[in-house]
Amino acid sequence: MAAHLKKRVYEEFTKVVQQQQEEIATKKLRLTKPSKSAALHIDLCKATSPADALQYLLQFARKPVEAESVEGVVRILLEHYYKENDPSVRLKIASLLGLLSKTAGFSPDCIIDDAINILQNEKSHQVLAQLLDTLLAIGTKLPENQAIQTRLVDVACKHLTDTSHGVRNKCLQLLGNLGSLEKSITKDAEGLTARDVQNIIGDYFNDQDPRVRTAAIKAMLQLHERGLKLHQTIYNQACKLLSDDYEQVRSAAVQLIWVISQLYPESIVPIPSSNEEIRLVDDAFGKICHMVSDGSWVVRVQAAKLLGSMEQVSSHFLEQTLDKKLMSDLRRKRTAHERAKELYSSGEFSSGRKWGDDAPKEEIDTGAVNLIESGACGAFVHGLEDEMYEVRIAAVEALCMLAQSSPSFAEKCLDFLVDMFNDEIEEVRLQSIHTMRKISNNITLREDQLDTVLAVLEDSSRDIREALHELLCCTNVSTKEGIHLALVELLKNLTKYPTDRDSIWKCLKFLGSRHPTLVLPLVPELLSTHPFFDTAEPDMDDPAYIAVLVLIFNAAKTCPTMPALFSDHTFRHYAYLRDSLSHLVPALRLPGRKLVSPAVSPNITPHEDPSQQFLQQSLERVYSLQHLDPQGAQELLEFTIRDLQRLGELQSELAGVADFSAAYLRCQLLLIKALQEKLWNVAAPLYLKQSDLASAAAKQIMEETYKMEFMYSGVENKQIVIIHHMRLQAKALQLIVTARTTRGVDPLYGMCEKFLQEVDFFQRCFIADLPHLQDSFVDKLLDLMPRLMTSKPAEVVKILQTMLRQSTFLHLPLPEQIHKASATIIEPAGESDNPLRFTSGLVVALDVDATLEHVQDPQNTVKVQVLYPDGQAQMIHPKPADFRNPGPGRHRLITQVYLSHTAWTEPCQVEVRLLLAYNSSARIPKSPWMEGSEVSPQVETSIEGTIPFSKPVKVYIMPKPARR
Amino acid sequence: PPTLRIEGKLGAGQDVGRSCILVSIAGKNVMLDCGMHMGFNDDRRFPDFSYITQNGRLTDFLDCVIISHFHLDHCGALPYFSEMVGYDGPIYMTHPTQAICPILLEDYRKIAVDKKGEANFFTSQMIKDCMKKVVAVHLHQTVQVDDELEIKAYYAGHVLGAAMFQIKVGSESVVYTGDYNMTPDRHLGAAWIDKCRPNLLITESTYATTIRDSKRCRERDFLKKVHETVERGGKVLIPVFALGRAQELCILLETFWERMNLKVPIYFSTGLTEKANHYYKLFITWTNQKIRKTFVQRNMFEFKHIKAFDRAFADNPGPMVVFATPGMLHAGQSLQIFRKWAGNEKNMVIMPGYCVQGTVGHKILSGQRKLEMEGRQVLEVKMQVEYMSFSAHADAKGIMQLVGQAEPERVLLVHGEAKKMEFLRQKIEQEFRVSCYMPANGETVTLPTSPSIPVGISLGLLKREMAQGLLPEAKKPRLLHGTLIMKDSSFRLVSSEQALKELGLAEHQLRFTCRVHLQDTRKEQETALRVYSHLKSTLKDHCVQHLPDGSVTVESILIQAAAHSEDPGTKVLLVSWTYQDEELGSFLTALLKKGLPQAPS
Repeated sequence: MAAHLKKRVYEEFTKVVQQQQEEIATKKLRLTKPSKSAALHIDLCKATSPADALQYLLQFARKPVEAESVEGVVRILLEHYYKENDPSVRLKIASLLGLLSKTAGFSPDCIIDDAINILQNEKSHQVLAQLLDTLLAIGTKLPENQAIQTRLVDVACKHLTDTSHGVRNKCLQLLGNLGSLEKSITKDAEGLTARDVQNIIGDYFNDQDPRVRTAAIKAMLQLHERGLKLHQTIYNQACKLLSDDYEQVRSAAVQLIWVISQLYPESIVPIPSSNEEIRLVDDAFGKICHMVSDGSWVVRVQAAKLLGSMEQVSSHFLEQTLDKKLMSDLRRKRTAHERAKELYSSGEFSSGRKWGDDAPKEEIDTGAVNLIESGACGAFVHGLEDEMYEVRIAAVEALCMLAQSSPSFAEKCLDFLVDMFNDEIEEVRLQSIHTMRKISNNITLREDQLDTVLAVLEDSSRDIREALHELLCCTNVSTKEGIHLALVELLKNLTKYPTDRDSIWKCLKFLGSRHPTLVLPLVPELLSTHPFFDTAEPDMDDPAYIAVLVLIFNAAKTCPTMPALFSDHTFRHYAYLRDSLSHLVPALRLPGRKLVSPAVSPNITPHEDPSQQFLQQSLERVYSLQHLDPQGAQELLEFTIRDLQRLGELQSELAGVADFSAAYLRCQLLLIKALQEKLWNVAAPLYLKQSDLASAAAKQIMEETYKMEFMYSGVENKQIVIIHHMRLQAKALQLIVTARTTRGVDPLYGMCEKFLQEVDFFQRCFIADLPHLQDSFVDKLLDLMPRLMTSKPAEVVKILQTMLRQSTFLHLPLPEQIHKASATIIEPAGESDNPLRFTSGLVVALDVDATLEHVQDPQNTVKVQVLYPDGQAQMIHPKPADFRNPGPGRHRLITQVYLSHTAWTEPCQVEVRLLLAYNSSARIPKSPWMEGSEVSPQVETSIEGTIPFSKPVKVYIMPKPARR
Repeated sequence: PPTLRIEGKLGAGQDVGRSCILVSIAGKNVMLDCGMHMGFNDDRRFPDFSYITQNGRLTDFLDCVIISHFHLDHCGALPYFSEMVGYDGPIYMTHPTQAICPILLEDYRKIAVDKKGEANFFTSQMIKDCMKKVVAVHLHQTVQVDDELEIKAYYAGHVLGAAMFQIKVGSESVVYTGDYNMTPDRHLGAAWIDKCRPNLLITESTYATTIRDSKRCRERDFLKKVHETVERGGKVLIPVFALGRAQELCILLETFWERMNLKVPIYFSTGLTEKANHYYKLFITWTNQKIRKTFVQRNMFEFKHIKAFDRAFADNPGPMVVFATPGMLHAGQSLQIFRKWAGNEKNMVIMPGYCVQGTVGHKILSGQRKLEMEGRQVLEVKMQVEYMSFSAHADAKGIMQLVGQAEPERVLLVHGEAKKMEFLRQKIEQEFRVSCYMPANGETVTLPTSPSIPVGISLGLLKREMAQGLLPEAKKPRLLHGTLIMKDSSFRLVSSEQALKELGLAEHQLRFTCRVHLQDTRKEQETALRVYSHLKSTLKDHCVQHLPDGSVTVESILIQAAAHSEDPGTKVLLVSWTYQDEELGSFLTALLKKGLPQAPS
């Protein structure tokens, strides 16, 4: 056997080599022949055996075909199809036909007759299925043409009785995708009895092949997706499929039931074997709940996921999902959750458990116990203890969604979510903590629940702890003991993991401001003040003490009586912290002191906001720039930039817009300044190195435009055009400056050509936006394009120069939401005096922890740069898994950077900073053909440049020479 | 009639003790499990194998023995059965069971012989010889015991290597569950079976009347108790049985220690556990999803925080957690440690399972604070006593779930208490509408089966019959015309022509003739013409012809008109059809009997 295989391998290997040689020959042919179809025709005619022909077709499929030549190619393929006896070649042709008809810009209605025609004479089931697939591709390409759609549906109906499951599958798929939506139209147009697609598909719910049954359900779902209203009658059919033997059928059936329950939630369905009736959505909910304990985990995941989106379900059904109806020896038993609640409400907390504490209570009537058909009973209890974590995660997500829409359910599911904090898989734990945070405004934690939640603070995973801090930020606590407990646990967390400092402080800030009245009675204890004695002043640098103060000061903000309890040093500490940690400590109205800064009344909407108006006015003032003399224009720009910058500093919510606009104005200012230079007034080129200012300006404008394009989130296409336009102007400036300062024309040729390419690229990318750019630089440039193409460099430069001066200032429309990307490196802090020692030539790992705000796609753009004192720079690409996403617009980078260097005599500092990598050519659209077929994977988008966007942090390191 | 005999005689009927069931299925005899009873020290300890055959060797009577898992109440009597009573046939079990079973048997033997000094017990060599007869099977592997009998194992949870077995002969099959667990735990997954639709499902029913709470509360409680105690500086004692739950609790504590970054030492009393732990490390495929997915990075059974216990450690100061055997605190290491630690209220003992009456474990659980030890010593128990139930049997809901998954024709309950089984029996009959049995120990249940008989059909006939119908409907019965030939115990369905040919018979024609009297004064030809036009207009789908000799044919049915011999005003229509056209023929006569429509005059 092995020998045989080996032989096969060798055979195949040699075959490939031969083919490659031939390929080279055919390539030559193709170069001389302009038409693709002709080349293909010759290839196919040359083929002596089906295997040969197949190889040619495979090769052909690797290269794209232009829309103009598609029809020719199709004709050749069809012609060959009729002659071909080998089914595998026919199959490949059929698949190529489908691929070709997808080509953009080609209308496949001309080949439909042929396609249907060859379908009628085809005997091979596989080829038939492939042809139907091709018809599907054609049909989806022509959604407007009713006649063709009807024809295709007819063809599909005819082949539905085929014996091969593949063919039936494709037919159903075709029906699902093309089945007519409105009956009346087809009736009028064709006079035919319109086929009721739903009934036809419904008939195949009982097909003997499970794959066909699945396809039928999928087709039905497809109809629904296309906007056809499914009949309620298929509900019963779908319910029967829930007990199918095959998991894919059950999985699809669950989906179908869900769809119907969303369509007819209020319909009434009878309960079998009783006279009662219930709402359809409740019935469906019960059925899907039942599937949460299905034998196949794929179905379980599907069912658990869908439960989350059934919000219309009645509340008593919903609450059943959390109740398993425990019993022991036929006596009703309470769950641990109920017992905990009872213990709590009876005032007795955390008693030691005794044997028989959970002893069952009253007897149950044996007849009333339903073990299986109890509908929704305990579905989530089962889902949450499922063996597969995929099911558990789905169940947690569903819980979250349902709890968000029903506060009473949120209250009930709390115990279960808290339990999930102990799951064995971290992902599940994290997900449940996030879920709890999302529903936190609906719930108040009981003390015993809080206790369990807080226990997780000791978790060794940083993600878990931080998620928990986030959760505590928005949790409602019911008692002062709860607050105290939380504080104690957080302080314990702080001693165990000192790196959590910032996160804990932030958490206490919110905890304090949410529960001022609960903190108030705790203040004397927390500050350890005594009514008669003065106590020792605590250490101001102790993170734990700061944590306590953060809690108290934030509570004091809305509790004016609290400062009366402070002792003298507390006031001093307040003043210190208010300065050093102003983001954590709010301004307080303290007795005998003036308010540090006036409180901003929060209820002003942005439109009435005076600062917003100010921003608008400053920007409008700039419109008049065109009418001013250069001197006046410069001054106006300078003032406006200054105003905007100051505004950005004062109003954090407007910072993005202000900075963005200021950057644009700065570009314009630089451009004006550069054009004001004296060197332009000299008629002849100077070839001198005097134009530093102008070339520096050009360079700076380029930098600014890159920052504008890539450092802000929320930039829309209309801004991109303006930014690119500005960059084009900078490039023109650069060209002119170079022409003026360099001797000889040779380098100019290249530069001119490159510039004209840029212009061409601009035109192609922003063709739709060109009408908005009237009278602008590029507008004029494009008018003169034919002339520029033929001109000599010197002349080009001259034209550019005049145009640059004449061009108008383009107004930059402001985007809706714009935020500047920023990054702060938390770790390393750069304070250490102890150098990091390591043996030279080996590596040392440096933990880097940074928060990123408003960075789009950080996995690909954010890099870490290390600058060594010798000027050597190193760029590190963090792994995608190093980025966490704690909230919208926020990211966290926790990674390790490896440092290494040759030996030094003294410890020295290296700089670590974060860079934003960009690549402006990534905006070019890709061809559609390349995506579908087997092409070599595209080369990773390379980095064009980088923008530093965090403050550099200095790290003291010392590579020691290796000991011998 | 074909039957299926279940003999619960040997044990395991309405009793949690020795499991041993004899199944006779389509002439094959299979013994399921071979357990011993912990409660007896005499002959009643082992099943009475003499019942199987009075005279004659067991090997001749039994086709195979199947062991579901390594607990002694399911495999304890195996060496006695195979070596002392004498059985040489194959014994089937899964690989982990095969590995762990001898360790437990040896341990059991040591206690019985060395400690209790029993004579006439099986020896170490017998255990070895017995294990040589074992054939190990993989999950979902179909093992052909002989030409007709095949068995297949399914995952059962419960303990490492526990399996449910499907026993199949021809189209008849039985599923035996052994012990199983439908909820996953920290080291094992949940039991699973496909829709195999057996004739009979034999299921355990230990928790027939219980629906259990979520395991998460139990776990959380357990961890919280342990954590709080060690944080206070107390010592925690957890008496366990060496295998099964112990591993689950170890994993639970180990992962918790890992997560919470705790440094307090955890010890495990040595001995047989170490060997067993080794097998847990090896049989990773039998564990749950988490352990299976992470073992490439780290095998969860290679404990980082759990170390081997030494007697001297018990006196060490500071907090610690110790797992010690045996589980009921009646002897051995766990009792020694308990005596040392009982006096300190900071310490805690957690009983993770049920304790038999009379043991120290049972006494302290029922609240006794002063214990009389040997030598009239009185031990005052100040340490906290906790009870935590970790059980790995399916509860009532789980049993129902499994019945729903397998869709059996009948269910038989074993391994439970009679009163509780009665409740579950009612529920199963009520909700699945299948009959359910619960035999007592020593009772035989005989169940009639209706085996399906495969019949071969010729492709030509099938295609011909298929072509007549419109759509092939898979699940609806269809009417088919053909001839059934039974020859040499094989059944074939062939077309009647072929049957005639094969059997060398001549075809007989069967014709029905019927006379219909019509009041008509016209001539015969005219009457025939009227009949023709009448039928032509009524039977649009059929081919109606008027032949030159004056007769009318509808398909192959012939109608002739003749004058009545006595009454000229009456014409007699002679209708004749073959047996095959019976339907159309009788329809026609009925139609003609109603008379002809009034002719246009």
